[in-house]
Amino acid sequence: MQKAQFKISFFALLFCLISSINSNAQNMQKGKKIYELKCLACHQADGGGVPNMNAPIDGASNVVGKDIARLVRIIRNGYNERVALDGFYYSNAMTASPDLKDNDIADLLTYIRNSWSNKASAVTIAQVQAVKKKK
Amino acid sequence: MYKLSSLFMAFAFAFTAQAQENAGLKLPAGFSATLFADQIGSARHIAINDKGILFAKLNYPNKAGQSIVRMEDTNGDGIAEQLSGWGNYGGTGIYVKGNQLYASSDDAVYLYQLDAKGEVVNPATPKTIIKNLHSRRQHASKSITLDLKGNIYVNIGAYSNACQEKDRSVGSKGMMPCPILDSAGGIWKFDGSKENQSYAEGKRYATGLRNVIGLDWNNSTNSLFVTQHGRDQLNTFYPTMYTDAQNAELPAETMYEVKEGDDCGWPYVYYDPFQKKKILSPEYGGDGKLEGGKNALDPLVAFPAHMAPMALLFYKGNQFPAKYKEGAFIAFHGSWNRAPLPQEGYFVAFVPFKNGKPSGEWEIFANGFAGEEKNKGPRQAKARPCGLAEGPDGSLYVSDDSKGAIFKISFNK
Repeated sequence: MQKAQFKISFFALLFCLISSINSNAQNMQKGKKIYELKCLACHQADGGGVPNMNAPIDGASNVVGKDIARLVRIIRNGYNERVALDGFYYSNAMTASPDLKDNDIADLLTYIRNSWSNKASAVTIAQVQAVKKKK
Repeated sequence: MYKLSSLFMAFAFAFTAQAQENAGLKLPAGFSATLFADQIGSARHIAINDKGILFAKLNYPNKAGQSIVRMEDTNGDGIAEQLSGWGNYGGTGIYVKGNQLYASSDDAVYLYQLDAKGEVVNPATPKTIIKNLHSRRQHASKSITLDLKGNIYVNIGAYSNACQEKDRSVGSKGMMPCPILDSAGGIWKFDGSKENQSYAEGKRYATGLRNVIGLDWNNSTNSLFVTQHGRDQLNTFYPTMYTDAQNAELPAETMYEVKEGDDCGWPYVYYDPFQKKKILSPEYGGDGKLEGGKNALDPLVAFPAHMAPMALLFYKGNQFPAKYKEGAFIAFHGSWNRAPLPQEGYFVAFVPFKNGKPSGEWEIFANGFAGEEKNKGPRQAKARPCGLAEGPDGSLYVSDDSKGAIFKISFNK
């Protein structure tokens, strides 16, 4: 009886693990699609941005940093100030994306935080929902 | 074992020698290049005096806190040994006229005096010639050139992509008339010797130019020539009108000869190099075919889209073969707006001129700056051509604002 229980919980755990890896891969795939549609024109295929104009995403300290709320706000509302990042300045305006849903933003952030040389935690829908929308 | 290692060493040596040949550049037969200086900072435009002293304007002060770098090759080996600098403001423009050295920040132009040896006299106390020009992040750099009478021409780039009500936003209309054009999006003319001038003392010389970084006074035609950076992102904002592939080739980067009062059409039109027409911008009701800009100039030369002409120089020297005399060199920064297609155009181009008009097709003069001709983004480029200067001996210098290299290109007689 104990053995059977163990077996069941083992398989349940395995199932959870596989499905979480699977959903992570799906999130990454969805995030990639959004990146290609909305971001790549300026931030480039290598995530390197354009010197002086469009900030890089690959290797950017604030992209892999802890302030998820700021990233969510930038994606939702765009960005219209000269931005200092890792010792350089970037000047182009970034378009707002009010059409992106919370789950889209979570996928996109998960993707850019885990692509090229970036390695950071995935972003959940709850983390995006926690950031209040600008009225 | 010995044989193997010596073979390996011979191979490694041959490989490095190959990599260093002509500083990694591809040049026409008979030309050679040296790495005149390296890692001096974000070298934008460059200028050289009659003593052969080269000055580079940096986009930001370098680690030594200098924003103008002075370089001199004293032993004639094609590499600068004497480096120094001054200035604490970033910017793009620099220009030498006789014993006067002009340099620009993103909102002002300063004037330094050079002595009989070509050295700067007042590095800490330049005269302020022009001040309080618009510097609103986008297209903020101020390129400068002088005419034969001592007037100075300054590019004031438009702080916008296509003069939309909301810049770079899907569905936002173009403003009619575009309110930016009264104080930006054109070339302004000032007196090169008067201090403290601004908009009130200057004159809008030419308009409808989104952003000109490369400009030069042509002494033989006695007129101003400019190269414009065309608009971006047709496919991003109008995906049903323009495909990625079309956006990668539209609109052309353009060269104009501008006289006082000329209009080059931005933001209402862009130049389509395939239809060879000025096409109404989609922000102003265009559909990719409707023409516009009846009173706007047609370009003298149309270059491929998005390659970003950074410097224009009419060749006056005698060192290069006769075909180059009075022709135009253009430094291209390399594209970022062709994505998702590979980026291109990290090269110096040449346009032959005869009697003040282009006399043939443009061609690539010097290539190989990026390392590879196509790449996934400009950050990967080893070097991005940005400034041009002609030395007293007729050699051509090219600056790079990404890693801070200066290349010297000569013709071997």
